[in-house]
Amino acid sequence: MNRRMSKGYQVFNILNLFFLSLLGLIMFLPFLNVIAQSFSSSEAITSGKVSFWPVDFTWINYSYVFSDVSIWRAFGVSVFITVVGTLINLIATATLAYPVSRQEYIGRRMIVLLVLVTMIFSAPLIPNFLLMKNLHLMNTPWAMILPGAISAFNFFVMHSFFKQLPLEVIDSARIDGCGELRMMSSMVAPLSKPVMASLGIFYAVGHWNAYMSALYYIDQPKWWPLQVKLKKMFETDDISIDPGASQFSDLAHTSPEGIKMATIIIATLPIIMIYPFLQKHFVKGLTLGAVKS
Amino acid sequence: MATKPETAGRMPGGMHRGRKEGSRTFRQMWKYKALYLISIPGILYFLIFKYIPLGGSVIAFQDYNIFKGFTGSEWVGFAHFAAMFEHYDFLRILKNTVLIGIYDLVIAFPAPIVLAILLNELRLIVFKRILQTVVYMPHFLSWVVIAGMSVAILSPTTGVLNQFLGFFGIEPLYFLGDNSYIRSVLVGSGMWRDAGYGTILYLAALAGINPELYEAAQMDGANRWKQTLRITLPALIPTIMILFLLHMGKFLDFGFERVWVFLNALNTENGEILDTYIYRAGLLSQQYSYTTAVGIFKSLVGLVLVMVGNYLSKKSTGEGLY
Repeated sequence: MNRRMSKGYQVFNILNLFFLSLLGLIMFLPFLNVIAQSFSSSEAITSGKVSFWPVDFTWINYSYVFSDVSIWRAFGVSVFITVVGTLINLIATATLAYPVSRQEYIGRRMIVLLVLVTMIFSAPLIPNFLLMKNLHLMNTPWAMILPGAISAFNFFVMHSFFKQLPLEVIDSARIDGCGELRMMSSMVAPLSKPVMASLGIFYAVGHWNAYMSALYYIDQPKWWPLQVKLKKMFETDDISIDPGASQFSDLAHTSPEGIKMATIIIATLPIIMIYPFLQKHFVKGLTLGAVKS
Repeated sequence: MATKPETAGRMPGGMHRGRKEGSRTFRQMWKYKALYLISIPGILYFLIFKYIPLGGSVIAFQDYNIFKGFTGSEWVGFAHFAAMFEHYDFLRILKNTVLIGIYDLVIAFPAPIVLAILLNELRLIVFKRILQTVVYMPHFLSWVVIAGMSVAILSPTTGVLNQFLGFFGIEPLYFLGDNSYIRSVLVGSGMWRDAGYGTILYLAALAGINPELYEAAQMDGANRWKQTLRITLPALIPTIMILFLLHMGKFLDFGFERVWVFLNALNTENGEILDTYIYRAGLLSQQYSYTTAVGIFKSLVGLVLVMVGNYLSKKSTGEGLY
C-alpha cells in the first residue's frame, strides 16, 4: 500500500476518482428520474419540468396503480411464479446434482454429458413452442415455470459444491446406520444452505424479471405476469405496434407517464428490497460458477 | 480413514467369483436406490424439455403442418436453408444482427475490463464499496423496466437527456423513434445494465495478483502505467479469453428480450435481429419450418465461432474452453 506517489500518479488518481463518480451518477440518476416522475403531476411531466426531484408532489399515480385490479392481478401472478418456480428450481436442481456428485452413482458421467450437451445445443423457438402446445401447458403458469426448471449452469455450480462436501461426514453417518434419505435430510441439506441461498436468489430474480416465456406461451391476460402487463402499458405510446393496446386508451388519458413510472417502481421494489441480501450472495455465486466452467 | 463405500459394496461380489458383473452393478444400484430415485425428475426434465425440442428441430427439413404433425409433414431437405439467403428480409436482419454483434464486442465487451482496472486503482475503500453497490444494481432490472425507463429518459419532449443536451444547444433527438439511433440504444442500454456487474469476475482475478509483483516492479523503477501494462493486464488475460470465447458463442445471440422491448414501427428496419425475426415470422406469422431453419443456422454459426475462437486462443495464449 505504501507505494511511492509520483506526480503523474496523483493526477491519475484524481481523474480516476472524478471519472468513476461520474459513472456512478450515470448509473444512479435514471432511478432518481423515474422516482421523481412517479411523484409528479402529469402537467409537470408533459411540460418537461421534472428531472431529479418531484414537481407538484402527488400520490395520484400510485393511487391509480393501487386501484387498478389488473395490475394487482399481474403482481400476484409474478409472486406465484417467483415463489413456486424458485422452489421447483431448487428441488429439481439439488435432487439431480446431489446423486450425480456421488461416487456411488453409476452413470454419473453420462448424466453430466446429458446436461452439458444442452448448454452447447439448444433448440430454436418453434420446437419449444410446439412442445408446450402438445403438453397443454399454453396459457398456464407452468409454461413460465417448467421449461426452465433446471439451469444447466446452476446444475454445475451445485454439482461442484456437493462434490466438495467432506466425505468423512457422509461415511460416519452411514456407519451410524443412517439411510440415504435420512442422510440427505439431516446431513446434506443443512450443509448446502449457502449454495441454496445463492442459487435460489438467482432463480428468483430470473422469475421476477421473466418476460419472454410469458410472451411466447401466454396470450390470456389472466396469467400475465407483471412484466408483460408493464410492457402492454408502454405500448400505449403513439408509436405503438400492438393492436391490443387500445384497451388501455382510457389509462393513457389520465396521466400516462406518471402511472407508468409508478408501475415501474412497484415492479422494481421487490428487487431493491432484497438487493442488500442479493449483493451478499451473487459475488460468491458467480465466482463459484466460474471456477467450474 | 473410513472404508470407501464403493469397496464396501464390492466385497460380497468378490467372494462369489462366479457371479456376473451385471448383478454386481445391479446390487450396488439397489443399495443406493434412493439416489437413483431422486434423480429421476431431473433426468426426465432434460429429456422432455431439452431433448424433445432438439429432436423436434427436424421440422426445419420439412414443410411442417401443425395438423399433419412430424410424421405426416412433407420432407423438403435443405430448401428452407436455401430460401433464407434469397430472402431480402433475412439478409437485412442478418446484417443488423452482425453489426449489433460487432458493436457489442468492440464497445460493450471491453467496458468491464477497463472499469475493473479503474476500480482496482481506487484507494478509498468506502467509496469503492458504494460505487460497486451502485454499478451492480442495474443488472437486476428486467429489460421491460429498462426499456420503460429509457422511454422516459430519452423522450424528445420530456426526457432528461434531451433537456441536458438542450443546454448545449442541441436540438431534441428522437432516440427510440429513429433508425439511426436504435443500434446505439441497444448496445448502450446493455452497457448501462451489465458493465458494472461484468467487473465482478475481473475484480476477483485482480484480487488474486501477488502484491510482491508490484513491489518488485517498483524496485526496478516501473511506473504505474508500466505496472498496469506488464502485471495487471497479463493477470487478466485468462479471464478475458474465457469470457471472450463464451461471448463469441453468443455472437448472433444478442438476446430476444433486450431488443424486443425497444422495437417499434420507426426503428425496426435497423433494430430487428434474428431472434425477434424468428418470433415475428415464426410465432406470429406461423412460418414454423422456415424460422426453425433460421434458428439452427444461428446456433451453428455460434458453434463454429467458438471452435475457431478456441483454436486461435489456444495457439496464441494457451487459454481455451476445452
